[in-house]
Amino acid sequence: MQCAHFCGCRAPVLHVLTNVAYNQRPKTQQQTVSSALVHTALKRQESNRRPVRKQMSKQTAPSEMSTGPGEKSRTGVIDQNPLKAVSQQLKTVKQEQKHRVDDVDEKTLIELYRQMLLVRRFEEKAAEAYSMGKIGGFCHLYIGQEAVAIGAISAIRTDDYVLTSYREHGHAIAKGISPDAVMAELFGKSGGCSHGKGGSMHMFDRNLNFLGGHAIVGGQIPLATGVAFASKYKGTDQVTLCFFGEAAVNQGAFHESLNMAQLWKLPCIYICENNQYGMGTSLDRAMSFQNIAEKACAYEIASEFVDGMDVLAVREATAQAVERARKDHLPTLLEVRTYRFMGHSMSDPGSYRTRAEIEKHQERDPVKLFFSTLKEKGIIDDAALAEVEKSVREEVEHALRFAEESPSPGPEELYTDVYSNPIVPGNRAPNK
Amino acid sequence: MAVITMREALNQALREEMLRDQNVFLMGEEVAEYQGAYKVTKGLLEALGPKRVIDTPITELGFAGLGVGAAMVGLRPIIEFMTFNFSILATDQIINSAAKMLYMSGGQFKIPIVFRGPGGSAFQVSSQHSQAMESWFAYFPGLKVVMPSTPADAKGLLKTSIRDDDPVIFIEQERMYGNKGDVPEDPEFTIPLGLADVKREGTDATIVARSLMVPVALKAAEQLEKQGISCEVIDPRTIRPLDIDTIVESVKKTNRVVVAEESHPFCGVAAEISMEIMERAFDYLDAPVKRVSGVDVPMPYAKNLEALAIPDVDQLVAAVREVSYI
Repeated sequence: MQCAHFCGCRAPVLHVLTNVAYNQRPKTQQQTVSSALVHTALKRQESNRRPVRKQMSKQTAPSEMSTGPGEKSRTGVIDQNPLKAVSQQLKTVKQEQKHRVDDVDEKTLIELYRQMLLVRRFEEKAAEAYSMGKIGGFCHLYIGQEAVAIGAISAIRTDDYVLTSYREHGHAIAKGISPDAVMAELFGKSGGCSHGKGGSMHMFDRNLNFLGGHAIVGGQIPLATGVAFASKYKGTDQVTLCFFGEAAVNQGAFHESLNMAQLWKLPCIYICENNQYGMGTSLDRAMSFQNIAEKACAYEIASEFVDGMDVLAVREATAQAVERARKDHLPTLLEVRTYRFMGHSMSDPGSYRTRAEIEKHQERDPVKLFFSTLKEKGIIDDAALAEVEKSVREEVEHALRFAEESPSPGPEELYTDVYSNPIVPGNRAPNK
Repeated sequence: MAVITMREALNQALREEMLRDQNVFLMGEEVAEYQGAYKVTKGLLEALGPKRVIDTPITELGFAGLGVGAAMVGLRPIIEFMTFNFSILATDQIINSAAKMLYMSGGQFKIPIVFRGPGGSAFQVSSQHSQAMESWFAYFPGLKVVMPSTPADAKGLLKTSIRDDDPVIFIEQERMYGNKGDVPEDPEFTIPLGLADVKREGTDATIVARSLMVPVALKAAEQLEKQGISCEVIDPRTIRPLDIDTIVESVKKTNRVVVAEESHPFCGVAAEISMEIMERAFDYLDAPVKRVSGVDVPMPYAKNLEALAIPDVDQLVAAVREVSYI
C-alpha cells in the first residue's frame, strides 16, 4: 500500500488527499497519483541533487501554487499566492467547514467557538497586562493559532495527556485549566497553576494531565514519547498529544522521538503547529525540505497535512489519529498549517515580515471563520454571539482580578520543590 | 556476605529492585540482548523480559527524555548510558527536564529516575571516552549525584537511588567494574544517599577521595603509615547532597586535608569541597587545603601519557607530606 504521500514508504494511510488542506499543500503533493509516482521515482534517482527537485516541482505542480524566483516571500501558504487564490481558499475552507459542521452536535460546536474566543480574549488581556508590566519575562501569545489547540484537545478524553511548548496559554485553557489559574501563573502568583514558579512557559496541572509547557525548542517531544511509552507499559488506553512548532522539527529530539515512537509503537500524536516562523526566521530560511508531514515517511509513521485555521479539520484529523493511538498504540504526525498574528513574543519588533502578509493571513482568522460558518449554518446568530462574547469577557476580567488579588508566593517557597525527597546530608536514618 | 565484583553487585541491585517494583524498567544501548556493554545488565533480559529490559537505538537525547516523560506519569526508569561520555548528548533532558520539572511545576511532577553507567577514565580510549562528568551534574539543584567506590557501596547506593523519588546521576567507575569486595546478600540492604563513609580512620591528615581515587588513597595511607603519618580516608559517596559534616569533623581532628579526584581541577568537585572546608573549618586548618586532580588536558591515548594524567599513589603521598610540612 502506498502512503498518503506516495513516497513509497509503508506508513498507513489516514486520509488520502481528502482534507481541505490539500489545497494548501506544498506543490510536490498536489499531483495526480501517477505523476506523484513518477515524481517519486525520479526524486529517488536524483535524491542527492536538490536543484533537480525544484525543477521537477515546476513541471508537476499546478501553476497557481508555484513560486517564481521573483516573488518576495515564499514563507506562507497564502503569501505564495495572488489574492485571488486567497479568496478561493477561503471559500474552500468555509465549504469544508460547513460540511464538517454536520458531523458535530450543536452544543460542541458552540463550546468550541466559546473556547476559541476565550483564548483570543485571554491573550489580548495578557498582552495588555504585559505592556502594563504586570507580566514579566517572555510571553508568547497564541492569537491566530486557536483552532489548533482547541480543535485537537476537543478530540481527546480528559484522562489523555497533553504536552506542549512555551506558547501554551491556549493549550492550558483548552485542557481545562481555569483562566484564573493561567493568568495568575502569568502574574507569578501563588494561585497560578504552577504556583508562580513556572510562569508563561511552564504551566502544569497534574489533575488534568496537562504535563507542561516546555521552553527548550523540541524538549517536550521526547518527554511526550515517554508519557506514551508509560501508557503502553501500564496497559492503559490513554493517548498523548504533543504540540510543537515547526522550528522544533529541525531539532534532533523530533527525529529521535519519531523513530522510537514507531519502533516501539507508542500512542503519541505529534502535532506540528506550523506557523511558518521560528521566532524571526521563516521556514524558507530554516528548512531544506519543507513538507513536514512527509518527513514522517522516513519513520513510516502515518501523517497528515491539516488546515490549522479550521478548528473542525484539526478536530477531525486528531480524532482519527487518536483512534489509531488508542486502539493500536500507533503514533501519528499531523502538520497543522497555521499562522501567528502577533509577534514571536511580546518583545518581537516584527521586522522580518510585512503588515500586508499578516493581514492576508488574518483574512482566514480561525475565530472569525468559524463564526461565519456557524452563522451561515444557522447555529449561532449575532445575539448568541454577543452573549458568548459577554460571558468570555467576564471570564477574562475575572481571571485578571483573580491574578491581581492572588498573593505572591511566600519567600519560603524559594526553597521548596527542589527535591521530592530532600536529604539532610550526614543523616544516618535510612531513606524512605 | 559474599565476595563479588562491583559489576556483579550492580547487577544484583538492578535485579532485586526490578523484582521488587514492577514500575522499574531498564533502558539503554545494548542492555538487553548484548547483556550490557560492560555486562552489568547480564541476565536481566532473561529474568525480567523484553518489556522491562529494553535495547534502544543510539539516541541518547531521545531515550533520556523518554525516561523523564515516563517518570512524570509514575514509572521509575533506569536509563543506562553505555558510558557517561554519551550523556553529554542527553544533558538537555537531564538538566532542563529532569532536574527542574518538580520546581517549575510547583511541586506537581516528581521525577524518580536513575541515569547510570560507567564514567571517569577508562583504559586507553582517549579523549572522548575517558572523562569525569560529576561536576557538570553536581552543579544543578534538583539532581543527586552518586559515585560508589566499593562493590557493597555500589549495591547499597544503587538500590537506594532506584527507590529515591528524585533524579539520580549514578556514576560507576569504568576501571573498577572488576574490583572485588564483600557484599551483603540481604535484599533490603541499602545505603542512604548523602552519607560519607570513613574508609580508614587516622589522626594526622585527612584524604577526601571518591570513586577511583579511594583505593589510591588507601594505598597512599598505607605507605604514609609506614612513614609515621596516620591518614583518615573519607569517601563522600554522594557528591550531591554532600556530607560535608563528616569531612569537617575529620578535618577538625587532623587539621590537614588533601582532596583527591581524577577529574579536571578547574571548577571540579574538589574545588567545591576545599571551599566548604575553608568556610566551615578555617580555624582548624594547620595548612592550606591541597588538591590532587587529574591534569588539565583532554585524556591522551598513549599509555605513558594516560598514566601521567591520572593521580597516583606517589602524588597523594607527596601531597599529604606537603600539608604535613614534611
